[in-house]
Amino acid sequence: MTETDIEPAVTVDARGAACPGPLMDLIGAIRSADTGAVVRLLSDNEQSLTDVPEWTDETDHDLLATEEHDDHYAFFVEKA
Amino acid sequence: MTDHVVIVGGGTGGAVLANDLADRLGAEIDAGDVDVTLVNDGPDHVYKPVWLYVPFGQREPEDGRRRLAELVDDRIEIRIDRVTDIDTDAKRLHYRDAATPVDYDYLVLATGSTLAPDEIPGLAEGGHDYYSESGSEALREELLSFTEGHLVLSVVGTPHMCPAAPLEFVFMADDWFRERGLREEVDITYTYPIQRVHGNPHIAEWARPRMDERDIAVETFFNAESVDPDAETITSMEGTDLDYDLLVAIPPHRGIDLIEDAGLGDEGWVDVDKHTLEATAAADVYALGDTAATGVPNAGSVAHYQAGVVGQRIASEIRGRPATATYGGKTLCFIETGMDAASFVEFDYETPPSPAPPSQKLHWSKLAYNESYWLTARGLL
Repeated sequence: MTETDIEPAVTVDARGAACPGPLMDLIGAIRSADTGAVVRLLSDNEQSLTDVPEWTDETDHDLLATEEHDDHYAFFVEKA
Repeated sequence: MTDHVVIVGGGTGGAVLANDLADRLGAEIDAGDVDVTLVNDGPDHVYKPVWLYVPFGQREPEDGRRRLAELVDDRIEIRIDRVTDIDTDAKRLHYRDAATPVDYDYLVLATGSTLAPDEIPGLAEGGHDYYSESGSEALREELLSFTEGHLVLSVVGTPHMCPAAPLEFVFMADDWFRERGLREEVDITYTYPIQRVHGNPHIAEWARPRMDERDIAVETFFNAESVDPDAETITSMEGTDLDYDLLVAIPPHRGIDLIEDAGLGDEGWVDVDKHTLEATAAADVYALGDTAATGVPNAGSVAHYQAGVVGQRIASEIRGRPATATYGGKTLCFIETGMDAASFVEFDYETPPSPAPPSQKLHWSKLAYNESYWLTARGLL
């Protein structure tokens, strides 16, 4: 979980949302994103650490990086 | 000086709050110190849980309609209109049918959910729903004559109204087809967007083995991307195709544009403090029910309990007292597990749900509450 220099096209701030809110917010953003665009999801829900990779594993979208910050995580997902 | 409270939306939250304020502030309203206006875009109050039973031929949509004027205290001004614009800095709003703007001192947004099936290509043409009066009636036409084939229930969008209702529908359908000797001819598949069958892990853990026992097939991580009404196929973002003979979908939900236009939140949901229900972006603005982005289920019980909190807070502020009432996330929900049995859950922000063993008594309790709901709308229960 290191800092990345990936520039997201969209950032979804789901901090404060209960599960499964952050994952559903990510799915909604991927749904409307252009192919190749990177969506950054901000979540302070620990469950997102498993929800997000489990979902991307089911799809062709790529989880490029996960950052751990003091009070939240940032997930970078590229739309296939 | 008269304090003006405007409540936008005459659903469960709006109606219960209007009656709550009439009760708390009756003396002030009678003295002309407080005016309360309830704005709704039609004359009727609609109790949506009735729609679950319409496709099975057990209730009629009219069973869920009553005139707001019959339910709401006479001290409340009922305005049949739409709010078209809110300026939270000036504390002023515009009505569609009025030439001049109206000032408010306290504004409560209880505008609820709308359906957005057009967000999924083909869904409006290929899918049915029981999340609207017209949808439940159209589904009834299909379901009552459905005797064989593949019934797919797909939860397309979350959050959606009544999170238990998709589980209830497949449990009821399973039981209904069994009772009629048709279950062998009907396959039932339930799809859900995440890796389990319900957003709440405790309810998912309770429901999943019951679905397996009853031969209700499950597709998780299924986020509908498109529907082909001609081929009768629904395709997910994850690349799964399902053929269907009857597609029942929970369409994406959105709030109304007014909320986003006023800068109060995204997609029609108001960003609020989840305990005080005050909007985070504006003073003296509250939201409740589906409209308030609290993370709790979009359920009538939530709107009911939140209305009591908002009513107490507004009454305190009008009287110049500190507002102390807070919402703890209380949610109460019956879950039909067949045509003759139901479970029950009660939970809040801190306490997870623990579904009660299904029983006929809980089923009849649910039906009894659906009848006595009209006392809730009147502020009596």
